[in-house]
Amino acid sequence: MTIHSPASEDEVRALVCDAAGRAVPLAVAGGATKHGVGRPAQTQETLSTRGLSGVTLYEPAELVIGARAGTPLAEVEATLAEKGQRLAFEPADWRALLGTEGEPTIGAVAAANVSGPRRIMVGAARDALIGVRFVNGRGEAVKNGGRVMKNVTGLDLVKTLAGSWGTLAILTEVTFKVLPIPQRTATLVYSGLDDTRAVTALCAALGSPFEVTGAAHVPGDGGGAGTLIRIEGFEASVRYRLGELKSLLAEYGEPGLVEDADGEALWRGVRDVAPLVTPPERAVWKISTAPSRGPALAAAIGAQTEARWLYDWGGGLVWLAAAADEAATRIVREATRAHRGHATLVRAPADLRAAVDVFEPLPEAMMRLTKGLKASFDPKGIFEPGRMYAGV
Amino acid sequence: MSIAFPTPDAGILARRDAILAGLAPLVAPDALIVTEDERRAFETDALTAYRRLPLAVVLPSSTEEVAAVMRFCSENGVKVVARGAGTSLAGGAIPQEDAIVIGVSKLARVLETDFANRTMRVQAGITNLAISQAVAHEGFFYAPDPSSQLACTIAGNVAMNSGGAHCLKYGVTTNNLLGLTVVLVDGTVVEIGGDMLDAPGYDFLGLMTGSEGQLGIVTEATVRILRAAEGARPALMGFESVEECGACVAAIIGAGIIPVALEYMDKPAIEICEAFAHAGYPLDVEAMLIIEVEGSEEEIEDAFARIVAIAEPFNPRALKVAQTEAEAAAIWKGRKSAFGATGRVADYICMDGTIPTGQLPVALRRIDEIVKGYGLGVANVFHAGDGNLHPLVMFDTNKPGEMEKAEAAGEDILRLCVELGGCLTGEHGVGIEKRDLMTTQYNREDLAQQLRVRGVFDPLWLLNPAKVFPLEGRELDETPTNGREAA
Repeated sequence: MTIHSPASEDEVRALVCDAAGRAVPLAVAGGATKHGVGRPAQTQETLSTRGLSGVTLYEPAELVIGARAGTPLAEVEATLAEKGQRLAFEPADWRALLGTEGEPTIGAVAAANVSGPRRIMVGAARDALIGVRFVNGRGEAVKNGGRVMKNVTGLDLVKTLAGSWGTLAILTEVTFKVLPIPQRTATLVYSGLDDTRAVTALCAALGSPFEVTGAAHVPGDGGGAGTLIRIEGFEASVRYRLGELKSLLAEYGEPGLVEDADGEALWRGVRDVAPLVTPPERAVWKISTAPSRGPALAAAIGAQTEARWLYDWGGGLVWLAAAADEAATRIVREATRAHRGHATLVRAPADLRAAVDVFEPLPEAMMRLTKGLKASFDPKGIFEPGRMYAGV
Repeated sequence: MSIAFPTPDAGILARRDAILAGLAPLVAPDALIVTEDERRAFETDALTAYRRLPLAVVLPSSTEEVAAVMRFCSENGVKVVARGAGTSLAGGAIPQEDAIVIGVSKLARVLETDFANRTMRVQAGITNLAISQAVAHEGFFYAPDPSSQLACTIAGNVAMNSGGAHCLKYGVTTNNLLGLTVVLVDGTVVEIGGDMLDAPGYDFLGLMTGSEGQLGIVTEATVRILRAAEGARPALMGFESVEECGACVAAIIGAGIIPVALEYMDKPAIEICEAFAHAGYPLDVEAMLIIEVEGSEEEIEDAFARIVAIAEPFNPRALKVAQTEAEAAAIWKGRKSAFGATGRVADYICMDGTIPTGQLPVALRRIDEIVKGYGLGVANVFHAGDGNLHPLVMFDTNKPGEMEKAEAAGEDILRLCVELGGCLTGEHGVGIEKRDLMTTQYNREDLAQQLRVRGVFDPLWLLNPAKVFPLEGRELDETPTNGREAA
């Protein structure tokens, strides 16, 4: 395995031109902490963005930060924290889940569009991403978007690249909208609710005017379930909204209140799918649906195969661990389809990822557009070929 | 008239009768508009200086009809201009002589409302405001609120990625959209996304949003609806200098406060709006902010106490926090009437660039210089929190040459926005108005990549082809650059 580590965008271009000329496919990696997501790569060479590092722009009053793609996420977050700001979409850290080490990069946050619990209130990584620079498969350096949050000039390739997992282009620089860290964060914890009641409670909270920024449910045996509702803001406002939510949700019992380090740990656990990290041999699925369909979807899977799960995004994101085999895979896919959702196999051994669809299969017309889009960025198919879909 | 339209295809014009005959069986008789008088109603949009009479207008009543018409046009090489309500300020819906217009105005129903999951499925011709009105009884609303929201359609909002006064907090169209039904150029109907927060595969939802009718026609949309805050109140604050006003905006945001709206007006805009709306705006200040915060009474009081304290060092004048509904309405009435009020005193063109907010004083000074250089006047209203400027360049259409001067001044202003690190359009779209300025923001490679993506959807340039991309330079050199030495 050859690892190229260009130190500039021009070097990225030269390497891409060279690889395309030799018709050699490239894996694209930042910290390679999410390397195992997707169909197994057939690549012998890796282009690492780690040499492209450093914050290039930070204007706290404009709520914007830009950084080269290989900048460690931790560095970006530390830079923001100094000015009391953050990436509001709460990028997840999947290292424990995927059993990887290394430093997640800001470019990979964009390329994988990983968003945490606050996605329900502030949008996903793709919503905060406002500008990109990238090198396409023709070796051309291209920019799209910019550093201002209102920008509708031309086609939005920023969104297109968010969540493209390195298959369309190599991001060289990314610019994100950021938000202030609130004065106070508090979480109401309801105990012992079953999935359906929990999601009903979460829907009620999210349908209230009280600006819930986290809504998760972790099922548990023997009354150990926890249903979490997070409120953030200025002290007086948080105090008021906690009171209102407790009244609104009185039928669900008396909640506990978790704050500060305990609260942060609680939400980090949801964000990083901590309850499903072990046992590591289980497959882990990320399933999206409308919140009120979440419990039935999970139950349909649980009725057919041994599975554990938790809910984020008010019930609309089901993280589910099941056996890493084709039978369980079929059950997850069928139940997900039946409940009008879609599923991504985030963690599984390479042989399973090679044998089954990792990303949700697409209808024929969408697959045609997908292949067309791939070719428009990467005509020779040298970036992460097959990672998302065969032939893409 | 400085913006060129492509020369109409004589072959298409010659085949008009045959084309109309081919379209007729595809839709209801009253849905095909062919007479010149009736077509006149569709010859322009809100960029009224430019007009082109379309070959015909089709107003389908279903996705299937849109698909049938698109298939026919595709098979016969007929160009298609999609139209919502025709409120585009950028000329996005202006037809061309060799194109048919597909209007979605008859597709205006709410299909499904799901309060538990906070989503709504609508046909794409429904107006923006009608979406909010349909869920208002439960206290919900649809967040993007372009100032044309009474008339503009969600189809047009998706095409332009429309914003509004409240996007600092709630985002623009692309952040509030979950699913689309799209008819592709060959009549294929695709479902993109759904009613969940993320969609599978590449982000075609994001790509479609803001694509200005060039990738397909949207016939249905699933949008997020939000529970409205318990209350909202604006405050008004005047400043003796643009610099102090800009610094105050930066300080408010720097303190961690994100007001739901943060609107800026300069002295000419204040004077024009006050004369029209009698909103009680201060006439002895250089700049004014309207700051709106949301929440309960207690939360609003708390937020304004903070904001007033933050503003203190910047010498705010005529500070007024609305205490009643009537005072709140008055504060907004002036701002919301800005375009109408300006139209009473002058002809104007409304620009839409965005700048990094830190560049505000520089931008306003140079906009003033630019416009004065053409012997014209300008009133500035804009969304201060996100730097989206709306300079209203005023002129007298009866004076020969003034409109051309206003257009030239407008173009200079947009170039300035790009030079300062911003962009050509924050929420109106490129349309035809800013098409020829695209090269100031994007270089050859940047545009080529967009054109290649466009080509995936519409390789023959049948969809709204006069727009967005400069007419020159659309032919791409497909010689692989692979192996070329990096510059």
